[in-house]
Amino acid sequence: MKITRKEFLCIAGLAAAGAGAAKAVQTIGGADPAAPQASGAAKRWGMVIDFQKCRADRDCDDCLNACRAAHNVPDIPEREREVKWVWKERYEKVFPFQQTDYTRRAFEGHVLPILCNQCANPACVRVCPTAATWKREDGIVMMDWHRCIGCRYCMAACPYGSRSFNWSDPRPHIGKLTSEFPTRTKGVVEKCNFCEERLANGRVPACVEACRRKAIVFGDLNDEKSTVRQLLRARYSIQRTPELGTGPSVFYLI
Amino acid sequence: MRDRVPIAIGLLLFVSMVTFPVWHAAYAKTTAVGPRLKLPERQKACVAPVAFMRASHMKLLTDWREGAVRSDRLTYTAYDGKKYRVNLSSTCLGECHTNKKEFCDRCHQYAAVSGPYCWDCHVDPTSVARRTP
Amino acid sequence: MFMLEKAMIGSRRYWGWLAFLLVLIALGGVCYLRQLRYGLIVTGLSRDVTWGLYIAQFTFFVGVAASAVMVVLPYYLHDVRQFQKITILGELLAVSSVTMCMLFILVDMGQPARVLNVLRYPTLHSLMFWDMVSLGGYLALNAVISVVMLSAERNGVPAPRWIKPVAILSIPWAVSIHTVTAFLYSGLPGRTFWLTAILAPRFLASAFASGPALLILLCLLLRRLTSFDAGQEAIRKLGVIVAYAMSISVFFVLLELFTVFYSRIPEEMEHFRFLFVGLEGQRHLVPWMWSSVAAASVALVLLLVPRLRERDTVLAAASVLVFVSLWIEKGLGLIVGGFVPSPLGSVTRYSPTAPEWTIVLGVWAIGALMITVFYKITVSVREVR
Repeated sequence: MKITRKEFLCIAGLAAAGAGAAKAVQTIGGADPAAPQASGAAKRWGMVIDFQKCRADRDCDDCLNACRAAHNVPDIPEREREVKWVWKERYEKVFPFQQTDYTRRAFEGHVLPILCNQCANPACVRVCPTAATWKREDGIVMMDWHRCIGCRYCMAACPYGSRSFNWSDPRPHIGKLTSEFPTRTKGVVEKCNFCEERLANGRVPACVEACRRKAIVFGDLNDEKSTVRQLLRARYSIQRTPELGTGPSVFYLI
Repeated sequence: MRDRVPIAIGLLLFVSMVTFPVWHAAYAKTTAVGPRLKLPERQKACVAPVAFMRASHMKLLTDWREGAVRSDRLTYTAYDGKKYRVNLSSTCLGECHTNKKEFCDRCHQYAAVSGPYCWDCHVDPTSVARRTP
Repeated sequence: MFMLEKAMIGSRRYWGWLAFLLVLIALGGVCYLRQLRYGLIVTGLSRDVTWGLYIAQFTFFVGVAASAVMVVLPYYLHDVRQFQKITILGELLAVSSVTMCMLFILVDMGQPARVLNVLRYPTLHSLMFWDMVSLGGYLALNAVISVVMLSAERNGVPAPRWIKPVAILSIPWAVSIHTVTAFLYSGLPGRTFWLTAILAPRFLASAFASGPALLILLCLLLRRLTSFDAGQEAIRKLGVIVAYAMSISVFFVLLELFTVFYSRIPEEMEHFRFLFVGLEGQRHLVPWMWSSVAAASVALVLLLVPRLRERDTVLAAASVLVFVSLWIEKGLGLIVGGFVPSPLGSVTRYSPTAPEWTIVLGVWAIGALMITVFYKITVSVREVR
């Protein structure tokens, strides 16, 4: 049998494509060995932030600083390219549609801490093309910085602006480096992780621990006896744009 | 034999290219002697036998990474039954290889493996200690 | 192989053009190396405007790629003989455009070395995965069709029978690539500007105007520069297609404007305000958007009056206006407008940097190079015959 060069190239190309397709089918059909699995009992971590307590101390940055130090969050000088895990935002920006002309007058300019809402139905997870971000069974929306390709689709999908991108190497902008937590590299997205690394060791998140007025309360939303549930029973609470169906796990007591 | 000169030049070029590694090695003073590594002082045994670690530490580290980040597997039971905390900075570097430069880096340099970029993110605890006295 | 030898013989002008494109590609490459080294900080993108020129160009050229269907469909389904000579031009334009799209995605990535993670961990609930599938498939379909058709033409034999079903398959596939690309945007809960069911039809309508407009210009250029003549009838028909598609495209935008401004929901209106009058003092896109409106209006007049449209110079001018208008609307306004204001209401200025423009220019040059070489081969095959 005689094969011309062109035929050979065609056959070789088809064989390569076939092998690739087989691999793809295998991957789609088989379970991902690295798929996220159960982490502990059926918990759903949640957070309650008391706006009344928090706004009493307008210049307090304790929670922000604790988070920065715990997670090597860089201090990027350019405001437009900041990396934010938990940060202070003005009331009228956080709750744009939950105010009357009069609440606006009363609350305008007051700041409150915002962070990733660890949604029950996260849009960022839905859009991620590599499952670099996913929802754990305890409700935490995790990030795998090894897998993130930096497409920033999750940032477009997040309705809370909770995700930040590393436009350049963050290391030069980190004040005091801790070896307890990795830094990030340029080209990946990051966000608040609800201090999952501290939870694994039985500690509450750094911001909760740091708050001098105990304005941030953390606990299991699935446990009726937890402090968060007691607070949510006793006080009137709101979430950020719940009408989008995202189901935020962060609640604000007004 | 009009082509004598081009042929000679071609041959010379060929020979010099083929023997380039030899010249380069001589110039860079590389030897066949392996890298002299500084072994951990505090610990005598690694999480896996030396032969396995030498050949497959990257595989083990990837498994650790996937397990810790994606499946919440935070402890590792070694072949001898001993349990370790899955953590590159604290366990590998913090408890054993306290001198990354004379262990990891030296061998990677010798083998000319410039990657991987683990250290773009993970922090060598001793370097932090040095930075902030 | 693939008749590439035919692209190796050409006039001095041909080689000069290729050299010029190669210089642009090299410049883009240098800037891209810079971006690889320092990160996307070399662009004008920011926390709030996370996608910019790169993704906008991707979106625009998906449209150009999809528009090949506007010559393939009439030819294969309605037996419009006039398009026989130019279906191959449409398909080759699609091949180049899809390649450009893929490059635009690649240069937008923060970690391009990990791009294959999309295949290693296929995530079926992500539209980006499906976009990759549809774009890859479309590229393969059009590459196969053009190679087979052109080889048959060169060898003076009829094309194999199996190519017709493949060509017909490429018709719905073309619709799918732009629909899925619209879904990338229209399924995001917090972005009201994109959260509209008419986004996919809008994308298709603007694509079917901008793509054939480009094809008209390319045909006129080929007639002037080479012995290849697409035929007056084919060019006229393309003009009619552009006229319809552009009218529908403008109509869809007007529908959008009605819904937004009659309902007067503030967060819906703000995006359009930002684009057309400016918001919080940020007016940098306003002149662009009004130029787009002006170009579209003039183009519509030129296209809708048959007597004007039938003159080559007028048709060429109208095609340029359509292309520019839609390039601004889709390649600039649609993406940036969706990000401003941000969900937290902040208005951020986005202006592409010089390296960013150079990289875009480099990708365009790659597309132009592909088109040049492909059309050169096609013309040479036909000259021999």
